[in-house]
Amino acid sequence: MTAPITARTDTAPPALDVRDITKGYAGKAAVRGISLRVEAGEIVGLLGPNGAGKTTTINMILGLLAPDSGQVLITGLDLARQRAAALAMVNFQASYAPLPGNLTVRQNLLFFARLYALAQPARRVDELLESFKLTALARTRCGLLSSGEQARVALAKTLLNRPRLLLLDEPTSSLDPATADDLRRMIRDLAARNGCAVLWTSHNMLEVEQVCDRVLLLARGRVLLQGDPRRLAAEHGDASLEDLFIRIAREPLAHGVDA
Amino acid sequence: MNLRRVSAIVLRQIDLMRSSPTRVVPLVAWVAIDIVLWGFITRYLGSLSAHGPDFTLTLLGAVLLWDFFGRIMQGVTTAFFEDVWSRSFLNLFASPISVSEYVAGLVATSVLTSCISLAVMLLLARFAFGLSLLAFGLPAAGFLAVLFLFGIALGIFASAVVLRLGPASEWLVWPIPALLSPFAAVFYPLHVLPQWMQWVAHALPPAYVFEGLRALAAGRGVEPGTLLLAAALALLQIALALGFFVRVFRGALRSGLLARYSAESVA
Repeated sequence: MTAPITARTDTAPPALDVRDITKGYAGKAAVRGISLRVEAGEIVGLLGPNGAGKTTTINMILGLLAPDSGQVLITGLDLARQRAAALAMVNFQASYAPLPGNLTVRQNLLFFARLYALAQPARRVDELLESFKLTALARTRCGLLSSGEQARVALAKTLLNRPRLLLLDEPTSSLDPATADDLRRMIRDLAARNGCAVLWTSHNMLEVEQVCDRVLLLARGRVLLQGDPRRLAAEHGDASLEDLFIRIAREPLAHGVDA
Repeated sequence: MNLRRVSAIVLRQIDLMRSSPTRVVPLVAWVAIDIVLWGFITRYLGSLSAHGPDFTLTLLGAVLLWDFFGRIMQGVTTAFFEDVWSRSFLNLFASPISVSEYVAGLVATSVLTSCISLAVMLLLARFAFGLSLLAFGLPAAGFLAVLFLFGIALGIFASAVVLRLGPASEWLVWPIPALLSPFAAVFYPLHVLPQWMQWVAHALPPAYVFEGLRALAAGRGVEPGTLLLAAALALLQIALALGFFVRVFRGALRSGLLARYSAESVA
């Protein structure tokens, strides 16, 4: 089953338009015809049990993995044909993609600012160091930072190019509750003020309800359900989003996903 | 090609060298050891045969040029290994940098690091053992250019091999210059090699350089056509190596190798 595509609200292309992408490894399907759209200013949660195809989908959106079929459009740019222009609009953060630990915070941010070909990299880096309260750590090597500090640096890196699309893969997993709450506020603010679209994965269902405008539930490489995270559980007869998640993780067959 | 992105790779390497002297030491230590060791060997050999061949020019010159080639190649691979060691591929290739910009960055980094090594070699050879590159005359520029181009080709090829086979295959890369040296006829004339080795040697641009070096030491000139042939061969090898790297990269995008690149996940 392919998820229905959300109606577009304006004539501008969506920040992210994924069209029927598939990917298989050694004859085994990892992603089977996923389509999704994320509009400017929207925060969409990508949920699913381990092995559902979330990371494979994210890697295809980031151009790190070529789909077997289908298309990824970022702000209307075809990732396969206009890779550099499309990726200039995106940034991402994931715990499994650490920044080089042997560079200092400032060196790391400058390195990525140059990769995104910013006109005034040093100025942008200084702005972000200040807004993320990282100025005091600017000359510290990233490998010596605590996991929370590393997460802040990684988030500062994601905003270097003022992305139109932000992919955050479990961004709060290593943060204490207060810092995680700050981050959630910041991302919501970023989406509301700058119109940045966000694709957010998390296993924390309370967080998803708090942050996301819409969620997509994946199982066995397909979008099984999508909707408002605050109503989806009730619509499917579950007490909470977490209960719905657990039911889908344990019984995907009952929800129309074949083996 | 965006030069800002190319320069990002070079400036990153400068930052790494500034913050970690251990990265600078290998640039100068090994070449210095080689020059000192071979400098004394040539001095000793020279004392045995006062009217024989010019050992300083043939042996020490060969060591200097061969080390320069090795530094060029390692300049490319070491910059590439920085991304392997720091597991940077996800962040790097999720940015707008293209494969050609990335490889151009590795090559530019190699130019920088090998220039540092070359300067140390030249100074040591000149002041400790009296060998000046000027002794080779104009052909010296041709020798360096050919070795530079071949070092780049081999560095790109070696990086592609590690990208394909994984970080554990790093050990395959380091001995490449040593494996090639018998075929490149660094220290002896080409004609002493068996025929099959001579065939291999003719595909290696350094063989033309070292034949030229010996011709100079023997008082004969170097044919510009030979050096041009060697340079053309090296340029062809750069094109082939780049094509191989791009092919491996695209394969890594299809297979998912790039997205899960680590010592544990690559076979």
